[in-house]
Amino acid sequence: MLKRIQNTENVCDIRTGAELRIAEASFPAPFQSGLEYSSPARGTWNIVHTGMLIPQAHEIFVCAAGCLRGVVLTAAEMDASERFSTVAVRERDLLEGDMEDLIIEGVTDVIEKLTRAGRRPPAILVYTSCVHHFSGCDIEAAYAALRERFPDIDFTDCYMNPIMRKSGLTPDQIMRSRLYSLLKPRPIAPKAIAILGNDLPTDEESELVRVIRSAGWTLHEITSCRSYAEYQRMAEAALYVSYYPAAKAGADALAARLGGRHLYLPFSYSCSEIAANLDALCRAIGAPTPDHAAKTAECRKALAETRAMIGDTPIAIDYTAVPRPLGLARLLLENGFRVTRVYADSFSGEEKADFDYLRQACPDLLVTATVHAKMRFASEREGGCLAIGQKAAYFENTDHFVNVVEGGGMYGYEAIVKTCALMREAYLEPKPMRELVQIKGQGCGCCL
Amino acid sequence: MKQTASFISTYSADVFGVCSALFELGGMTIMHDASGCNSTYSTHDEPRWYDMESMVYISGLSEMEAIMGDDEKLVSDIVRDAKELKPNFIAIAGTPIPAMTGFDFDAVAQVVETRTGIPAFGFATTGMGSYIEGAGPALARLAERFADRDAARTARPSANLLGLTPLDFSVNGEDASVAAWLRKTGFDRNVPYAMGCSFADLKRLGAAHVNLVVSAAGLPTARLLEQMFGTPYVLGLPVAGKYAGLLAERLIDAAKSGTSVPAAGLIRPEGTPCVAVIGEGIRSVSLAEAITLETGKPAFAVCAAEFHPDYLRPCDVCACDEDEIIPALANADTVIADPLYRPIVSADKRFLPLPHEAFSGRIFRRDIPDLAADARPVLNQFI
Repeated sequence: MLKRIQNTENVCDIRTGAELRIAEASFPAPFQSGLEYSSPARGTWNIVHTGMLIPQAHEIFVCAAGCLRGVVLTAAEMDASERFSTVAVRERDLLEGDMEDLIIEGVTDVIEKLTRAGRRPPAILVYTSCVHHFSGCDIEAAYAALRERFPDIDFTDCYMNPIMRKSGLTPDQIMRSRLYSLLKPRPIAPKAIAILGNDLPTDEESELVRVIRSAGWTLHEITSCRSYAEYQRMAEAALYVSYYPAAKAGADALAARLGGRHLYLPFSYSCSEIAANLDALCRAIGAPTPDHAAKTAECRKALAETRAMIGDTPIAIDYTAVPRPLGLARLLLENGFRVTRVYADSFSGEEKADFDYLRQACPDLLVTATVHAKMRFASEREGGCLAIGQKAAYFENTDHFVNVVEGGGMYGYEAIVKTCALMREAYLEPKPMRELVQIKGQGCGCCL
Repeated sequence: MKQTASFISTYSADVFGVCSALFELGGMTIMHDASGCNSTYSTHDEPRWYDMESMVYISGLSEMEAIMGDDEKLVSDIVRDAKELKPNFIAIAGTPIPAMTGFDFDAVAQVVETRTGIPAFGFATTGMGSYIEGAGPALARLAERFADRDAARTARPSANLLGLTPLDFSVNGEDASVAAWLRKTGFDRNVPYAMGCSFADLKRLGAAHVNLVVSAAGLPTARLLEQMFGTPYVLGLPVAGKYAGLLAERLIDAAKSGTSVPAAGLIRPEGTPCVAVIGEGIRSVSLAEAITLETGKPAFAVCAAEFHPDYLRPCDVCACDEDEIIPALANADTVIADPLYRPIVSADKRFLPLPHEAFSGRIFRRDIPDLAADARPVLNQFI
């Protein structure tokens, strides 16, 4: 329980404004924007984690100290400090208007030091920040100068400018796009396919991977690349596939640049949508379609077994666990589970159909914010809930939770079956929630 | 090149210093920022986040609000939540974009105070300074506003501890050890500013006979309280052993004479210092002196977290960038520093890790020693 340091007992309802029945919620933003709280659940990936997916690449952040702090320690905690450097922007840089010089000379200095240390990288991701955007910094000129100075190093522009999060592509979308910006054109291999934009490796047992492999195609995925050269081989793909919503824009851009075809097969908990996605993939690569009826039956069986075990235990789902929390809520509610709450501050456009369904079929389902100011005081609820996701586990104060972020690499029918298995495991076996949820970037490794 | 850190970490920033200093006082602190500051602060710089409720938020500043100068959005958000959550005070602290747009923190704080009736403060932090530049003024401004000007001196000798934040003291009990040492020296602990300190305690800041400044973040408050109440102050961390005894004498003298000792450092090492202690100034000087006292090894401080050399000894160095710190270590055979400094310490030097929350965050928290209780883990390395 949180130690009280200020009397909030007299606050009439600590969740008013931070929680709604879905029947009363608007789409896609159910809550009024305002001051934002940050819960201790940290398992999702950030731009440092994602950038490190490019093997042997070095990250250089050019930012103010306050912005550097979080990313420096992200790298340190994932034991990747050797692939990370910083250039601090100070007040005088803003006043003197030498932001371009700071990028050029700062990055040069880092490269020279890395070279002396025998660690000259093949590629560098340079992250600029909000201050560059607002000061009108000519970033292109800075990159041009760096490319001229270091022709053997590939540079790409990355961004830590959250102030732009409501203007165009989100920072998450941009980062997933920049991840492939270093790929250079090469001859297309007719039977090579690349899965784009996911931080976690796609489950080898998923129908997506099985279909690709069984059709004899070569599968590239950044999560399995072990060298920069291997990463570059992704550019040989004749077909690009993405399934994570934030990956779509980047995959479209890459296909347009390199000339491949992009197939967006969105992550879903709907068996009919899964079937349509897999059929589209099979058509594209000339593979036989899976036995959808058998797979659907397998899902129903897993759901029934899970329902029989956990009974009416209340279930809470949060948006960090899966790309479609409403889709998962719908699947579980349709199969007799007692889903009581979905934690999300906004919804992806892909969730509109599920949102509309739930408003009609389950109007009392609660939608709860995670960043609303009052959520600072909302973690004292007694346990007893089965949570899917770290934020739900934290707010519900339960050690019985499915510890997954960003869908965990699961996909297709297999995602439904495996989610059920994880729910059963969470129901039976408590986990040290406090310790687990505070680890950043689940799956990246952590020295804590 | 200065400003690059090819191999090492970076200190916590001014805006986080504000949050850390005010965390336990029951206020509402808002970082005027787009996103990211709150997760950085609460993950890496605030070990109390999970266990102790405190209203620390970000404003969620957007591009259009910044460009259009829409301060009303921030004001109305604060007013709405403050009226419901009823903080003791409101603090608004800045980050790089408000610094660029010329956001008027004092004016906005005044508007917020007028609309809520709750005392409000603006801190024009930029996100580009060190945590000490945020924590120091934050502690001083609240002291100025809330310390009871008519406070009478306590009947028994007493001292305030100024500059306590987990960024320098972590949560390993060192703050309590300093208080225990204070009692042994004959002083009651008056206000431990600001760990284990309530909002109501601020009224009593003027009642102490003397102030002990245990980190650079406490200096502005010490100077303020000297002006307001004539309270003398002494700089130093009571590193257990001979040094703590020496510091106790200094504290007693200051309380009796009413004269401050506005510099850290009680002794001058003979010969070229060969042991470097990197970190926050007052802690580093205190530890360097303790090493010299206990082992005879001449030691010096490399003050890397702040930029106020006036309280350092001539042998100590202010160096905040990698390219300044490396040459400062040239003559040292031993370096005591946070483990994240290790990559810039050459292999021919002995490296003794001394984790510092303000530098490495939570990574080595369990290894941070309570030097006020027992300095032997460090000092014995020289015996």
